[in-house]
Amino acid sequence: MKEGAWSEAWTRLAAGRVARIAFLIMLALILLALLGPAFSPHASATLDWQSVATAPGGSSRHWLGTDRLGRDLFVRTLEGARVSLAVAAVASVVSISIGLGYGAVAGYVGGHTDRLMMRFIEILSGLPLIFFVIFVTVLFGRNEVLLFLSIGAVGWLTLARIVRGQTLSVRRREFIEAAIVSGASGARIIVRHVLPNVASPAIVYATLAIPQIILLESFLSFLGLGIQEPQASLGTLIAEGAGELQSAPWMLLVPGTFLTLLLLSLNLVGDGLRDAFDVGERG
Amino acid sequence: MMSYLLKRLAGAIPTLFIIVTLTFFLVRLAPGGPFDQARRLPPDISAHLEHAYGLDQPLLIQYARYLRALAHADFGPSFRYRDFTVTELIAQGLPVTLELGTCALLLALVVGIPAGVFAAVRHDEPADRLTMLLAVLGITIPSFVLLPALALLFGLELRWLPVAGWEPGSVRVLVLPVVALALPPLAYIARLTRGSMLEVLRSPYLRTAVAKGLPRHRILMRHALRPALIPVAGFLAPAVASIMTGSLVVESLAGMPGVGRYLVQGALNRDYTLVMGMVLLYSTVLILTGLLVDLLYTWLDPRIRLAR
Repeated sequence: MKEGAWSEAWTRLAAGRVARIAFLIMLALILLALLGPAFSPHASATLDWQSVATAPGGSSRHWLGTDRLGRDLFVRTLEGARVSLAVAAVASVVSISIGLGYGAVAGYVGGHTDRLMMRFIEILSGLPLIFFVIFVTVLFGRNEVLLFLSIGAVGWLTLARIVRGQTLSVRRREFIEAAIVSGASGARIIVRHVLPNVASPAIVYATLAIPQIILLESFLSFLGLGIQEPQASLGTLIAEGAGELQSAPWMLLVPGTFLTLLLLSLNLVGDGLRDAFDVGERG
Repeated sequence: MMSYLLKRLAGAIPTLFIIVTLTFFLVRLAPGGPFDQARRLPPDISAHLEHAYGLDQPLLIQYARYLRALAHADFGPSFRYRDFTVTELIAQGLPVTLELGTCALLLALVVGIPAGVFAAVRHDEPADRLTMLLAVLGITIPSFVLLPALALLFGLELRWLPVAGWEPGSVRVLVLPVVALALPPLAYIARLTRGSMLEVLRSPYLRTAVAKGLPRHRILMRHALRPALIPVAGFLAPAVASIMTGSLVVESLAGMPGVGRYLVQGALNRDYTLVMGMVLLYSTVLILTGLLVDLLYTWLDPRIRLAR
């Protein structure tokens, strides 16, 4: 990506007040997840038997309370968020790469190949892909690499469609012709000339895909199909909390609020970007 | 019309066939079998079990047998829930899931569409902004966070509604699960309706209607709403899919005896026939939804013709 595209994206995003606030909240949450645990005196795996399932605040030594085993919820939530963010980051890279590559190839090659590739996307978007993901994770064991791949394989459809539309319009431009005439290979043209020019809608839809991916990971972990003990992600923490509703409601509320805020800020940033760049589904 | 319907239903058969074939082999490729348990069965018993369920046959023969049974509307016996056929299991749970899902879909439409129209009419006023902010929130909150939070507030704190459980015919137990399930599609429908309503309100024929001096509500209801609902109709299939996905967690959180648990449990237990039955059930619902959407299109926009 060219630096110009990033700074332009930032300028436009900063123009909307809601998106700007959302961006700051998103940044704060991510920083909190990365750095927060270092500031707490507690470790996520330490069992504090003096304060089992204590409520947050007040005289407690644990800022956001503890769970059934006396583990500090502040640290557990942030470390769970780290896991969720890491899964989302890897899965997003997978799905954005597939989306960019697929869309650019379909748009650039055109003709029958394009029609076939788009038909395939149409069929896939008709299926509830989450069932596919549930299947794959259930059937082939709960393996983290597989989790990344299968979540990543779901999020790329819209992006591929957008990139294809953009590529179609870029393909007709003179500099592509110039590249063809000077003997550049198709692959080189796509990577060097097409992709940089479809970057801005790609950023927008990538931003919108990330909260979906985080949600999917938490959903799978909630069902017990994703991240496994002793590791925790936001989804597993929420599942634990939902079981302790009566005795320790903060176990649900702390990770639940974190997840909701994270998704909300990401969605608002994505919406703000989409409005700023004014890119629709048709590209 | 009738011939179109029949043609579409016939067209669904190859799709279902492909889905059945894919899941059949995918499920059987996976490591582990339905009779693997913590305690290993003696070899002669497990051989006997496999023989009884036809699992000792070559894969292709099993596949042919399954297809033949399917053609007679027989989903086969469940491997894990002994003494039950898959058809019986689904028949027991489906009414619960259907009741939950239908209520959620209706709620999403009945609240989402007016909310969208309201926001469009109040375009750029604080009421519009607030509605849309709530809509983003509604799209964002995952149902597995919302339902426990609602149960905490209305069930444990205020004691207005039961936290979980199921009684046939009781409305009170349905309220919280339905709300939790309906909220994401509801919010999305509100956004869609607002967007397309704004577009329709700018179109020339509506300016004509305004110029003729028609009353405002008549313009909105008779002229603007119908074309504005076309994108909403298109969203119905994703909405049904989202409600089906959501019901997997909502049913288990609310302790409802629906079919949602069978998909995950069935796959975890390698209960081949149960998984296949669930996949077929879900695909059929989605295909029927697609058909319904096409019929709705012709009603919403008379220029769309079905005959082909």
